[in-house]
Amino acid sequence: MTVSILHRITGSGLAVVGLAVLTWWLWAIAAGGDAYATFTTHATRWYGLVVLIGLTWAFWQHLLSGIRHLVMDIGAGFELKTNRFFAVLTIVGGLFLTALTVFLILGVNQ
Amino acid sequence: MSAQESSTPLGQVRGLGSSHHGGGHWLRERLTSAALLLLGIWLIVSLVLLPSLDRATLAEWLKSASGFVPMFLFVVTAFVHAIDGLKVVVDDYVHDAGNNLALNGLILFAGIGGGAWALFSLLKIAFGAAA
Repeated sequence: MTVSILHRITGSGLAVVGLAVLTWWLWAIAAGGDAYATFTTHATRWYGLVVLIGLTWAFWQHLLSGIRHLVMDIGAGFELKTNRFFAVLTIVGGLFLTALTVFLILGVNQ
Repeated sequence: MSAQESSTPLGQVRGLGSSHHGGGHWLRERLTSAALLLLGIWLIVSLVLLPSLDRATLAEWLKSASGFVPMFLFVVTAFVHAIDGLKVVVDDYVHDAGNNLALNGLILFAGIGGGAWALFSLLKIAFGAAA
């Protein structure tokens, strides 16, 4: 239940905010140095980092709960214990992969 | 009795189900999700592995076939999946026919417009003169 709602919230967030950031990012790379500098200025301020780290979490959470939904679509994993285990696993896994991604990307660039 | 209630299971599959789109939309959402599983992981791994995220490095990466082709596929698939997914959310919560049409129309327009803008940018990076 909770994970199912999370799937919708993260999916909607990725669709609206995520694709807006992706489009802005690609446009800024195409448009030139000034446009890209504006993008990175906002992306590296605290609110930019909140959005980008939030999107990273939404990406991993949606990916993992999406796999869970694909498995459930083929009719597997409906036993209560199994279902609950994988639901919790998507949350733990999503947080872990988010931390790993943020750590690696910030590590690469500093 | 409404059309949905009187229809047979086959009729629902052909377009009278709750989504009014039949099974095609449902299946496309799953197929794009499978593609995005690969392309999304490719994007994150690429961003981690790139030596830097400055503009020159990113432009060089997106000019190469190994950067451009998956990114092109990612942009197209992500926008299609976003439009499909948002429609499911809207159809589940917005029942008024007029509001539903307006919101789904807005999502479709913004999705196709945004996707075209992202693809234009990507093509400009790959094939435009160095800026």
